Amino acid sequence: MSVLVGYVPTRYGTAALAAAVAEARLRSTSLVVVNASAGDATADPNHLNSEQLAALTAKLAGSGVEHTVEFRSGRDPVDEIVALSADPGVELVVIGLRHRNAVGKLIFGSNAQRILLEVERPVLAVKPGP
Amino acid sequence: MDNVGFLLDGFATALTPTNLMFAFIGVLLGTAVGVLPGIGPAMTVALLLPVTFSLPPTSAFIMFAGIYYGGMYGGSTTSILLNTPGEAASIVTALEGNRMAKAGRGAAALATAAIGSFVAGTIATIALSFVAPQVVKLAVALGPADYVALMVLAFVTVAAVLGSSIVRGLASLSVGLMIGLIGIDAQTGQARFTLGIPQLLDGVDVVVVAVGLFAVGEALWVASRLRHTAAELIPIRGKGMTRSDWQRSWKPWLRGTALGFPFGTLPAGGAEVPTFLSYALERRLSKHKDEFGKGAIEGVAGPEAANNAAAAGVLVPLLSLGLPTSATAAILLAAFQQYGLQPGPQLFSNNSALVWALIASLYIGNFMLLALNLPLAGIWVKLLRIPRPYLYAGILMFAALGSYTVNLSPVDLALLLALGVLGYFFRRYGWPVAPAIVGLILGPVAEQQLRRALAISQGDTSILVSSAFSILLYTATALVLIVPLVYRLTHRSRDDEVRPAPDEQGSSSPLDDDNATKTTELNEMAEPGVQSTSRSVPPDRKDSE
Repeated sequence: MSVLVGYVPTRYGTAALAAAVAEARLRSTSLVVVNASAGDATADPNHLNSEQLAALTAKLAGSGVEHTVEFRSGRDPVDEIVALSADPGVELVVIGLRHRNAVGKLIFGSNAQRILLEVERPVLAVKPGP
Repeated sequence: MDNVGFLLDGFATALTPTNLMFAFIGVLLGTAVGVLPGIGPAMTVALLLPVTFSLPPTSAFIMFAGIYYGGMYGGSTTSILLNTPGEAASIVTALEGNRMAKAGRGAAALATAAIGSFVAGTIATIALSFVAPQVVKLAVALGPADYVALMVLAFVTVAAVLGSSIVRGLASLSVGLMIGLIGIDAQTGQARFTLGIPQLLDGVDVVVVAVGLFAVGEALWVASRLRHTAAELIPIRGKGMTRSDWQRSWKPWLRGTALGFPFGTLPAGGAEVPTFLSYALERRLSKHKDEFGKGAIEGVAGPEAANNAAAAGVLVPLLSLGLPTSATAAILLAAFQQYGLQPGPQLFSNNSALVWALIASLYIGNFMLLALNLPLAGIWVKLLRIPRPYLYAGILMFAALGSYTVNLSPVDLALLLALGVLGYFFRRYGWPVAPAIVGLILGPVAEQQLRRALAISQGDTSILVSSAFSILLYTATALVLIVPLVYRLTHRSRDDEVRPAPDEQGSSSPLDDDNATKTTELNEMAEPGVQSTSRSVPPDRKDSE
């Protein structure tokens, strides 16, 4: 069994990761960290660069939780997370949640909302502290 | 009245609120398209041509000049922070600038690029104000045969310099010349290459060709490569320029200017070559030779000054002779033609108010660009985070709209798409787009001059080589073609360089980039399966300067 977390190098992603590590420890399961982004901008800050990857690896190693890191690019990140969470071993999906105003939601949609509705596992939505 | 008086009059025109606004819109747009890789000032000016039909020419040209200069400033930001040059003249900046950014001195690199651009832009604009009228005095004495020689030289150098290889450049040039011939011949009334389509009798509009090759071609190209991993953006760090940075920068700025301006004024292919030369020069003169390749500030300051100085230099032959030597200059020439003006010696006498307002707006634009780029580089970089599907959807919409409004003819839309596909294959096979644009716009002018010369001599072709000036130019043209060939034969090895030594230094350096994947991608784009091209530069993505 495992906990799956959608991680991007922002404070929302960091909050999700912290919660996911705590959940995995609590449930004594492994952790799957997914760094997924459509990658359709010229420069995509959601992809981990080498520095951020090193920091993530160090953090995960320090947590003592058994973990794997998955990278996905070129497809819709929601589709990626839905596909990965279809694995019967996944018992919980953790995501970071941020506020998005109505206009932004209308234009860009909300990935969090789609994950909440489309993933067939319990989803834990985490908000970063103030 | 002397030139200073004319220039002051120009300032009076350029400083009116309306024209200041157009200058501001221009530099804003120019910086934006300069920052975005693959979208350049040439394409932007082409897209705006139909929109500016209704503007007075002075305002339109002030805006275009802003876009032209802005592209130069914006390109350096992308080079430094992304290692993907926003346009061709910023390739060298990426070498040292990106290392500086990685080493946490991004702010200093951006500052030296912006201030260097400003210093060079200002000095070169001053030089432009004084050199252009002198060239005009010489140009008055030139006959049609001399113009033909000048244009042949411009064609060949543009084809040789702006592409990854001379053959590809010449091929691209031929495509442009061919498209330029479509339509009714003005002297005999014959329809040429119209394929029986009546809408082609008027010729193919420059807007359709430029927008098709640049915008639609680029959109298709990006769409075909969208799945490739995005580039890594380095955050701006560091404190800006220290005392020693200033000391190390000011000489390269001046040397870059001194190299860039003359190269720009020669019909020798715009702003790219002097940046390579400047980089090589700074590398040789620097007291910090060991820092080169690891982020030497001289390697940013010199080339950035050179490309802006060259950008001003390119305007000298454009305004005084009607001779464009870069894609953007060619589009500007088309813009002059749209308003019924023919750049050349007469422009300075018949439309001096327009010309001097344009030159004055360059001074103003430089100040605006410094203010926009020095403190705001971080905001411009945010443009790179726009998802490309949205960005290119917008560009395609404007492209289609712009092409349709030229003649309100659906045939133009079909042509736009066909040329877009052609533009895609240009990119796919490493053909530069710029020579095609120069050929398209300068071709009909050259033809007119050639036939005028032959009409004067009553068909005797020896008139073409009758003056010392034209013989000199033909010799130079022959040298441009032969020297690289000889160089290649004497340095025969599998991956030799087509071009002379300084460029070789400039271009081979991105190859030893530590970021292996990015470099491979860069090379792949530049040389799809070809062994002896001259540069490891994406050949056509940015013929934009």
